[in-house]
Amino acid sequence: MKAPLLLAAALAAGSTLAAPIEIQVWRHETGDSDMRASADAEARFNRQQSSYRVVVETLPQGSYQQSVIAAAMTKKLPCVLDLDQPSVPNFAWAGHIQPLEGALRPAGVEALIPGARSTLKGKLYAVGQFDAALALFARKSVLGRNGIRPATMDKPYTATEFRDILRKLKKQGFNYPLDLNAQWTGEWVSYAFSPWLQSAGADLIDRKSFTRVDGVLNGDAALGVVDFYRSLFTERLVARKPVDDQSFPSGRAAFHYTGSWSTKEYLARIGSDLVALPPPAFDQQGTQPRIGAGSWQWAVSSSCPHPEGARLFLEFLISTPEIASFSQATGLMPTSEAAANQTQLYRAGAFGRDLFEYARAYGVLRPETPAYPMLSSSFERALKEVREGGDAAEALDRAVEAIQQDLKRNRNYGF
Amino acid sequence: MASDNAPSRFGHARWSEVAVLAGPALLLFAAFVLLPFVLAVGFSFTNVKLLQTERIEWTGLDNYTRMFALKLVDAPPAANETERAMPQRQWRQMKRAEPAGFDGYQYLTDISLGGRHYLIGARDPQFLRSIVNTFLFALMVVPLQTVLALAMALWVNQSFRGRVVLRTVFFSPVVTSMVVVAAIWGLILHTEAGLANQMLRAILGPDAPQPDWLGDPHLAMLSIAIMSAWQGAGFQMLIFLSGLQGISIDQYEAADVMGASLWQKFIYITLPGLKRTLVFVGLSTTIMAFGLFTQVDVLTGGGPMDSTSTLIFHSMRVGFREQDIAYGSAMTLFFFLFVLLLSLGQKKLMERLGR
Amino acid sequence: MKVRSSGASEMAKSLLHLALMLLAGMVFAYPLLFMVAASFKPGEALFTDLGNPAALLPDARWSLNNYRAVFDKGAVGAYLLNSGLIALLSVGAGIFINSAAAFALAKLKWRGQGLVLTLIIGLLIVPFEVLAIPMLLIVSKLPWLDASGLTIGWLDTLHVQIIPFLANAFCVFLFYQFFKDVPDELVEAGRMDGASALTIYLRLVMPVCKPVIVTAAIVLFLGMWNQYLWPVMTVHTAGARPVMVGLQQFFGRSTQWGEVMAYACLITLPVMVFFLLFQKQFIRSVVGAGIKG
Repeated sequence: MKAPLLLAAALAAGSTLAAPIEIQVWRHETGDSDMRASADAEARFNRQQSSYRVVVETLPQGSYQQSVIAAAMTKKLPCVLDLDQPSVPNFAWAGHIQPLEGALRPAGVEALIPGARSTLKGKLYAVGQFDAALALFARKSVLGRNGIRPATMDKPYTATEFRDILRKLKKQGFNYPLDLNAQWTGEWVSYAFSPWLQSAGADLIDRKSFTRVDGVLNGDAALGVVDFYRSLFTERLVARKPVDDQSFPSGRAAFHYTGSWSTKEYLARIGSDLVALPPPAFDQQGTQPRIGAGSWQWAVSSSCPHPEGARLFLEFLISTPEIASFSQATGLMPTSEAAANQTQLYRAGAFGRDLFEYARAYGVLRPETPAYPMLSSSFERALKEVREGGDAAEALDRAVEAIQQDLKRNRNYGF
Repeated sequence: MASDNAPSRFGHARWSEVAVLAGPALLLFAAFVLLPFVLAVGFSFTNVKLLQTERIEWTGLDNYTRMFALKLVDAPPAANETERAMPQRQWRQMKRAEPAGFDGYQYLTDISLGGRHYLIGARDPQFLRSIVNTFLFALMVVPLQTVLALAMALWVNQSFRGRVVLRTVFFSPVVTSMVVVAAIWGLILHTEAGLANQMLRAILGPDAPQPDWLGDPHLAMLSIAIMSAWQGAGFQMLIFLSGLQGISIDQYEAADVMGASLWQKFIYITLPGLKRTLVFVGLSTTIMAFGLFTQVDVLTGGGPMDSTSTLIFHSMRVGFREQDIAYGSAMTLFFFLFVLLLSLGQKKLMERLGR
Repeated sequence: MKVRSSGASEMAKSLLHLALMLLAGMVFAYPLLFMVAASFKPGEALFTDLGNPAALLPDARWSLNNYRAVFDKGAVGAYLLNSGLIALLSVGAGIFINSAAAFALAKLKWRGQGLVLTLIIGLLIVPFEVLAIPMLLIVSKLPWLDASGLTIGWLDTLHVQIIPFLANAFCVFLFYQFFKDVPDELVEAGRMDGASALTIYLRLVMPVCKPVIVTAAIVLFLGMWNQYLWPVMTVHTAGARPVMVGLQQFFGRSTQWGEVMAYACLITLPVMVFFLLFQKQFIRSVVGAGIKG
């Protein structure tokens, strides 16, 4: 009579001893395919090993940033969380996430494209499974019909050439030939348009010292770019307040400057007529376009009680098969060539390969400094001012002033 | 009222009674409003950033000087027409020439006094503009919303068929999420495709004015004021309704016997009976108007050209987006003092008028 | 109000009145109707129909797809339940806490009364955003005792969304104004009978306050239902998430407007119902009757 009870007790004790340690993970909620892919990855990790069990909580995307900041302030961050890459240096500087240096197997990290790694002063803090490339989406038929040459990596559009193309299209009946997602506020503005600065030889901040802004953000090169941006609106080549985000798919706009996350949807709707061109180049020779890099990446919080488990999960996520399967399911761009070759969309010869090449050739991370939120906010305000009719030189000077004051107040954030 | 000044015939209330009745509320206020307020005051004297939890430094009145620092200079003679029209260019040149003297100061406005032309710069021109905008907004919205609410309450207080439906319809904007309402209004006010301009075209023909409701710096604040009045009137209507319930029918019946007209009844019975309610509604609408944030955040983002940036909007942008929580706190504290003084003044004024 | 005039002009007046009602109703109801109509249409159709008032009427494109998507996406039902609990508990407790304090301020006499009243009116002005961060820090350190023992920190719970807001300066002020108008004789009559302040408050004063109670209930319900910034900061898990935070699921890189509208309709419904139930109390009550009779 006693034996079965003892046996049961022993079994119970044994199973609690072997129970996997729970790792809390937060991610921001996006589309259905992303969430399913995430859930599948989570299940695979939990099946593959029994020391750790990952539990994922999804938070609404509209309020994700604020939620994470509030959790950071009350030291209630989960073990693993995903962060938008440009905010990683800021979180790292504030001490909320821990460095991954030496913790992840180098082979896994080195295989990643630069846009998939986030560092502060050289130390690695976050890694990403996917990235995005900015491109000019267009329809081959529209280009052909209007005698416009498609840009190539060998010969991208120059800024002036591109504007002439838009003017031509406007005469041909396109009310607003280019869609720049002008209704999007927040990080999009800096992500999409600071690469234009970098292409022209300017930048948001001098990247050697991370302390100089004057002359970098408001120099002649930068002024040229912002004047160009302004002219797109004053000449009504771009709608200041687009009614919706369907201008390009519905055919009202000829070009859509947006990220590769739209690839799957556009391919489904437009099919073989779709083409993804490199963005215009702003340098003198007109050969060096630049695009943003760094999307949502995974980091480990400082307050994580089981960092080994967290790191194991991260390594799992950036392994080639995982990156490939996530990309297959969502259509988002993979972050290593090995993985790209395993996907239908991004392998050699497939439609998305161009985008992958753009990312490799043109991708520039946003400046990896804790000052980034200020840089982004100030640049966004400057472009907004210019869109609403303000003067480019004024707007940039104001942005520079604001950033400089912030740097001064924060002792250059440790640089 | 007799109870205002006359001492109670029964003397002071027992402390235990006061404790039981007012205790819970006061305790909650102390813990969740007073204490955080004191902390916020503390923040405003430091340089704490949003994500920062240690190494917080005391900076004294730095944040406050930043809010109000002004610099006055003589305007140099304008070199050409553009410079005459855009004094900010002159400011920039002066700044370029002498960076040390102008460090941190941006152009605010120009002013001509006693025959001389001056340029004024400030360390935070958006903040000063926000004060003006907030004031303008309150000036527009408070009378509009109060009068609207009173009219609605009077209308719905009569008995006619469909009054309950009408009352519900009037209240419906209050019930819907502000974010969704603002988004829908953004669509209605869209310059080209929106209902507002399309209706203007339908009524006044193809040459009808097509105002840029949210994109014209002179119109944007007005648009938001109209939208806010529309959204808030139902709420104030409710307050007025409960105030109207308190006016006894006898007075109206006596007036009817005397043959008083509608207007006379309104002036001599309704308005005096609503005196307290009017003060309350005026005060609370003003206070809420000064706290304008969500509509600006959703519809205009503070623009165009900072024309709709309000105190709270600016402090939220500085505090949360630019992560300068200390400065944001300082601004909201100024807001508090500013509105407190204004409200006290308004209360005294309305009570004086009431007499 | 009786209109004493001939039949024809009476009918003209009624028609005019009806026209005015329809116009006013349309002005106030349009965005809401737009929201309802849009919730049945596919997202893109929203924008093409913008300028067309007839877009409010049902047509072939109407379907329940958006609602299906909303229910598939997340635990809308759970969010509604959370917000419902939060709002109802807040109304239940808040009515008493605030009116009791207002009664003490308006009808009793005690030292420091004036100061407390001024402070509370001052609190009316403090916008929540000022207090948000300090409140967050406070609330993450407070202890809580319940069935599972003593825990530190109130995050990710329902009570963190309720307790800090039970004391509401606006409601206190609302009740205060009303109590000031209630004749002192009522209170003094109770005193003469030897009743305690609490009894006077509960038995004599509150029953005549129906309209104010209803107003305060609606104010509290609305305030708690519409909470957004605070839950975003204090509640991260879906278990205690309220409706307004849930709305943010649909905003982001590709905002699904059709689903936003459907969700918005779902979360507006309970408030509407609450209002409809309570507004029946706005009967033309006669305050004086309690004394005369």
